[in-house]
Amino acid sequence: MLKQVMLGLLLASALSTVALAEEPKAGGVINAVIQPEPPGLMMGLVQNGPTQMVSGNIYEGLLRYSPKLEPLPGLAESWNVSEDGKTYTFKLRKGVTWHDGKPFTSADVAFSIEFLKQTHPRARSNFAQVDKIETPDDSTVIFNLKQPFGPFLGVFEVGSLPMIPKHIYEGTDFKTNPANNTPVGTGPFMFKEWQKGSFIRLVKNPNYYIKGKPNLDEIYWHVIPDAAARAVAFETGKVDVLPGGSVENFDVPRLSKLKNVCVTGAGWEFFSPHSWLWLNNRQGPTANKKFRQAVMYAMDRNFAKDVIWNGLGKVATGPSGSSIKHYSGDVPKYDYDPAKAKALLKEAGYNGEKVRLLPLPYGETWQRWAEAVKQNLQDVGINVEMVSTDVAGWNQKTSEWDYDIAFTYVYQYGDPALGVSRTYVSSQIAKGNPFNNVEGYSNPEIDKLFAEGAVAFPDAARKPIYDKAQKILVDDVPVAWLLELQFPTVTRCNVKNLITTAIGVNDGFRDAWLDK
Amino acid sequence: MLAFIAQRLAKAVVVLLAIVVLNFMLIRMAPGDPAMVMAGEAGVSDKIFVEQLREKFGLDQPLPVQLYRYVKGIVTLDLGFSFRQQMPVARLIGERLPATLLLTGTAFVISLLFGVIFGTLAARFAGTWADTAITILALIFYATPLFWISLMAILLFSVTMEWLPSFGYETVGANYTGLAHVLDVGAHLILPATTIGLFFMATYARMTRASMLEVKRHDFVKTARAKGLRDAVIQRRHVLRNALLPVVTLAGLQAGTLVGGAVLTETVFAWPGIGRLMYEALLQRDYNLLLGVFVVCSAMVLAFNLITDLIYRSVDPRIEFAS
Repeated sequence: MLKQVMLGLLLASALSTVALAEEPKAGGVINAVIQPEPPGLMMGLVQNGPTQMVSGNIYEGLLRYSPKLEPLPGLAESWNVSEDGKTYTFKLRKGVTWHDGKPFTSADVAFSIEFLKQTHPRARSNFAQVDKIETPDDSTVIFNLKQPFGPFLGVFEVGSLPMIPKHIYEGTDFKTNPANNTPVGTGPFMFKEWQKGSFIRLVKNPNYYIKGKPNLDEIYWHVIPDAAARAVAFETGKVDVLPGGSVENFDVPRLSKLKNVCVTGAGWEFFSPHSWLWLNNRQGPTANKKFRQAVMYAMDRNFAKDVIWNGLGKVATGPSGSSIKHYSGDVPKYDYDPAKAKALLKEAGYNGEKVRLLPLPYGETWQRWAEAVKQNLQDVGINVEMVSTDVAGWNQKTSEWDYDIAFTYVYQYGDPALGVSRTYVSSQIAKGNPFNNVEGYSNPEIDKLFAEGAVAFPDAARKPIYDKAQKILVDDVPVAWLLELQFPTVTRCNVKNLITTAIGVNDGFRDAWLDK
Repeated sequence: MLAFIAQRLAKAVVVLLAIVVLNFMLIRMAPGDPAMVMAGEAGVSDKIFVEQLREKFGLDQPLPVQLYRYVKGIVTLDLGFSFRQQMPVARLIGERLPATLLLTGTAFVISLLFGVIFGTLAARFAGTWADTAITILALIFYATPLFWISLMAILLFSVTMEWLPSFGYETVGANYTGLAHVLDVGAHLILPATTIGLFFMATYARMTRASMLEVKRHDFVKTARAKGLRDAVIQRRHVLRNALLPVVTLAGLQAGTLVGGAVLTETVFAWPGIGRLMYEALLQRDYNLLLGVFVVCSAMVLAFNLITDLIYRSVDPRIEFAS
């Protein structure tokens, strides 16, 4: 008997009912901003943010996710999980074609997994538990896992598993295939033109498998390198959509007061960007747990949220963001308490040794935040020296562990096994990677809990394991958690239905329409 | 004269190679590499991913091997492949060069023309209110940072008055042709070209004024006046021509930077040119692209130094070419 049956169609119809509250209008062009310019648009080869934002319109995954991270139909119309949690069967939509007219089949799904295992670091680890993939017919794909893997149903969105056309890539050198310059997907929009340094143009896929979709005719992604210039481009009406992070935060209140401008923090639930300070657990004052706890008490994180981030986001309670699975708020609390921080520093035997603070070189907002934290730490007597660098330097310094305290933020991908454990388990301590256990925290109990949590089945069995892990981590403070970030998406209010899923504008503009 | 040019060209090749080697080493001394930057942008990384990128970019080879490969490429006019943009560097530079030349060329003409005119006027009316006004304005334009002038120009002419576009090379999606296209590009060009032009215009004005005032004191100017020549003729034929040498030197320097000299302006105005390409290549540690831009810029500087020397000769026939 199948224990769990996911009736995605039901969910989809529920969502579309909401969308039907306003009747979509067909036609129109949306001008959006993309920054920085993507290095390429072939999602199987390039996984950075701008690539996904543009190519999320061209490529598709098997599933999409609601803001509550429930799976929704994508290229798969339904799916089910076997009772032992080791077999996942997906039924694909029929009548789907690639942009070049060839049919999309289960063979493309199996090929995509093999492709991505070679080129996509996340897919490599997400599908490590897959023992065998079967494709009994053109519209059925069966994943047989070696053991249950709790987050498995959460690894099928377009960024994690974009479908790659087998007929174009099979037997070729993926990296040099000429088709990389003219990406072919199944998505609602097709690649049309890319004038490097200026714009990327996508046009409507006339053969899209959902009748009437997409509503828009074209999308222009404008490449504007300066944040102030991007704000002006919006202000002067040249662009309609500023995806999260396009403009400096201090510009958002001003822009939001303009006529016909809407701002939303939605569409980041899956990524759940979580910010913290790396604290080098290996050496110096930050190797002392009491010092690390003092850092937590010393920071006025509400000030950072309200002033630097204009009230968007939440103060982080620990390693997991509150929108991802198995989050627990039942952990030790670190409210702003300079007196307590001072007492802990005394207990830690801190004697004013110099501590290097590395800001994240992602623009003015992050620079201001670093200055605020520096002031907080100095107020309790920590001798802070700010070390500035560019992005390449920041990558180098953090991944080579050449820092004492360093700002960062990381995506959590909806599940602690996908985006949280990598920061804390000792098997992830390895130089040369700015997104693993950079702080050098090692705790056998945490290693065991995260290992158990990933494979526990059913899903409810995972919760107590992660609850315990979160409690231990928050007490140990391997890193100093800052905020659950929300990057505001700023649009003209007549751009409707832009954000409908947990990855927001990264899921393409399939449902978006313009109210003229 | 031909011997002089040949000798200078031979020296230029040596200088260019030295520049290539020096830049190659300097860039690699900066922290981080393109593989790390791209892994960083992906938000997730593992050892295989970074190693694959390094292998793909040839960064897994020892430095002398990388240098040998690069110099060998340069000798055969191959500027290599851009890691980030996934295109041959020469093609990338070729694509962006027209936009940059249009921008900096326009700025060059604006600045030289108006700079010399204002400088001449200031010298002609030295000590009057016109001289004071020109001198003060020149000082302001000379001293104000370019990016600030750019932002203020956008605020005034794009946001407040809505006269001119604030970014880009043309109106995307408008598909203008013929005269409409020329006018569209022209409208996009006005703000960035004027912004760059203001700084150099100020410099030319100040230099022309100072130089002309100095030349005016010479005896041959008094002689010209004693001969009964009209003032305009004296100013143009005797004073201005003799005062132009330092201006030519400066113009030569500015012309040398035509290719790579608009980094800030191109970034603020999203102008798709070489300067922006260089800025982005630097941030992304796109070694080949950055070196390629440096090579082209260096070649331009060397070429314009030579051209400047040749122009000296025509401006001042007393100068002779020594071989």
